[in-house]
Amino acid sequence: MTEFPKTPPRFSATFTPAVNAEIRRAAASGIYDIRGGGTKRHLPHFDDLLFLGASISRYPLEGYREKCATDVWLGTRFAKKPIHLDIPITIAGMSFGALSGPAKEALGRGATAAGTSTTTGDGGMTEEERGHSKTLVYQYLPSRYGMNPDDLRRADAIEVVVGQGAKPGGGGMLLGQKISDRVAQMRNLPKGIDQRSACRHPDWTGPDDLEIKILELREITDWEKPIYVKVGGARPYYDTALAVKAGADVVVVDGMQGGTAATQDVFIEHVGMPILACIPQAVKALQDLGMHRKVQLIVSGGIRSGADVAKALALGADAVAIGTAALIALGDNDPKWEEEYQKLGTTADAYDDWHEGRDPAGITTQDPELYKRFDPILGGRRLKNYLKVMTLEAQTIARACGKSHLHNLEPEDLCSLTIEAAAMAGVPLAGTNWIPGRNGGW
Amino acid sequence: MQTFDLGKEGLRALNSALHALKGQTNMTDWEIINPRGAHAIAAGVDAPVDITVRGSTGYYCAGMNKQATIRIKGSAGPGVAENMMSGTVIVDGDASQYAGATGRGGLLVIKGNASSRCGISMKGIDIVVHGNIGHMSAFMAQSGNLVVLGNAGEALGDSLYEARIFVRGTVKSLGADCIEKEMRDEHYVILEELLRRGEADAKAKPEEFRRYGSARKLYNFNIDNASSY
Repeated sequence: MTEFPKTPPRFSATFTPAVNAEIRRAAASGIYDIRGGGTKRHLPHFDDLLFLGASISRYPLEGYREKCATDVWLGTRFAKKPIHLDIPITIAGMSFGALSGPAKEALGRGATAAGTSTTTGDGGMTEEERGHSKTLVYQYLPSRYGMNPDDLRRADAIEVVVGQGAKPGGGGMLLGQKISDRVAQMRNLPKGIDQRSACRHPDWTGPDDLEIKILELREITDWEKPIYVKVGGARPYYDTALAVKAGADVVVVDGMQGGTAATQDVFIEHVGMPILACIPQAVKALQDLGMHRKVQLIVSGGIRSGADVAKALALGADAVAIGTAALIALGDNDPKWEEEYQKLGTTADAYDDWHEGRDPAGITTQDPELYKRFDPILGGRRLKNYLKVMTLEAQTIARACGKSHLHNLEPEDLCSLTIEAAAMAGVPLAGTNWIPGRNGGW
Repeated sequence: MQTFDLGKEGLRALNSALHALKGQTNMTDWEIINPRGAHAIAAGVDAPVDITVRGSTGYYCAGMNKQATIRIKGSAGPGVAENMMSGTVIVDGDASQYAGATGRGGLLVIKGNASSRCGISMKGIDIVVHGNIGHMSAFMAQSGNLVVLGNAGEALGDSLYEARIFVRGTVKSLGADCIEKEMRDEHYVILEELLRRGEADAKAKPEEFRRYGSARKLYNFNIDNASSY
């Protein structure tokens, strides 16, 4: 009998090995997957934008001779004491509890050395963080863990957190493994229990209430502190407009690439919008209200390089915030711990079970044996270096576009590589003047 | 006594004057007239002073209070004494939603009724309500005591942690993981003291109350409890 070649094994594009593995995991465990970090799916992102650079119609600035300023003011609308940062790259909110005390210290050290701010998280304000952060933003979250007027007054700004990009509409979750004595004491909860942080604030609902809540916070702090309002990337046009109406000094919009300490994978991957789609909507809301640059816009979610910073600013943001990238700069997911990642059933650059508290790098843990591996002084230095590099990269691009300040970058400096990015960012497709949905183009 | 006309001088001037009271002061008695439902009256006070508000207040009166005794001779809007740290707040009338929300210490007394979500997410505050409380009260309450001389609305103590709830009247329904618990000797002692401090000892006796607390079944996530959420 003639033997014909067999059809080679063919994998389904729908039921991929990864999808099947998740089905098997769900069938075996009966519980959804929980993990840290942000979305891992491919999304339209800053990589889909390019700068045009200078040409005959625009002349560049000399790379090593002519000044390109990077500073940013935040909170100039109402606060008596607005913040002035040397660079427009801030450190996003990450909690003590999710992160170890030394990791929070390192964030403060690095941010301060680079001339920028860091931000507390759901666990309240720690001495490590306040002591090492020249400029500290204090988050006002639904859980109110550790909230008190003294910390409000010793903060440099207050961020009312309505949502975050990894899980717009979701609350927090810190599993019992990470609830050490200190974390439990700060949060006023029994040790070892799973801590559910509420998804809504306990004492206000809606924009009219938010306006009164902001008034209260301003009164308690004698109108000194800038008040930020942070939203996840859900409906950025309306959320930005409502935050402005409620009296925010600064609006923070966090796209779905933004990380979380722990939440359901299905939430991280299927709720929210990419930051590229959020920025133009938030900027348009500010422009429509005549408040662009008067209420500052900070954007976050997937910022990795000076190019990303420059693109976010060119689209109209005043500053960016980094979380995941800052942790990687500190040493998170470093291949030097590969042997231990393997023991945890994962590999460097893919480790995301931060909620289990067994981080080999000693960053997302409360285990003293693990976090003593992490040197906060060295970590701070690494973060400072990274922030400096990002700033230099952004300046390099800005000078090439002929800009003497990063804030002079504009959408006209950009083109899009894909139709999706052109539509989302409102930037013409490369080689055309076509913005899908806006004009006919050529 | 310092008399402050809020209608004439404005909120900022009031709170600025109250915040200037640091540590020891002989300006210990304050009277606020014409509050007219203004928000954030006496928010963020941190001094051992007595403040009487002659009239009803808007949102967040006495928010984050420390040390002060604040009496509202009227009713209070939403979030009265929210996140209170210490001191005492007494509302002669009724209180709107979220009374004593996230409070971490001190005593809140409401002589009338309290609306929904009274004591939501409370973290150590003691609350004594002479009348009834609305639905979802003591939601996710972490610690402290909620004493209710009247009745409680639906879903009392939903998802609560270690807070104690004492109710004299009826409870329309209990929330997830909230159960009735035995009144032991130490609870009578706590209750007697709270009724006295809450100016309610002439109205009710400790033995008339039932105690509610957490069944602690939802403290660690278990898929078999998913239908409880």
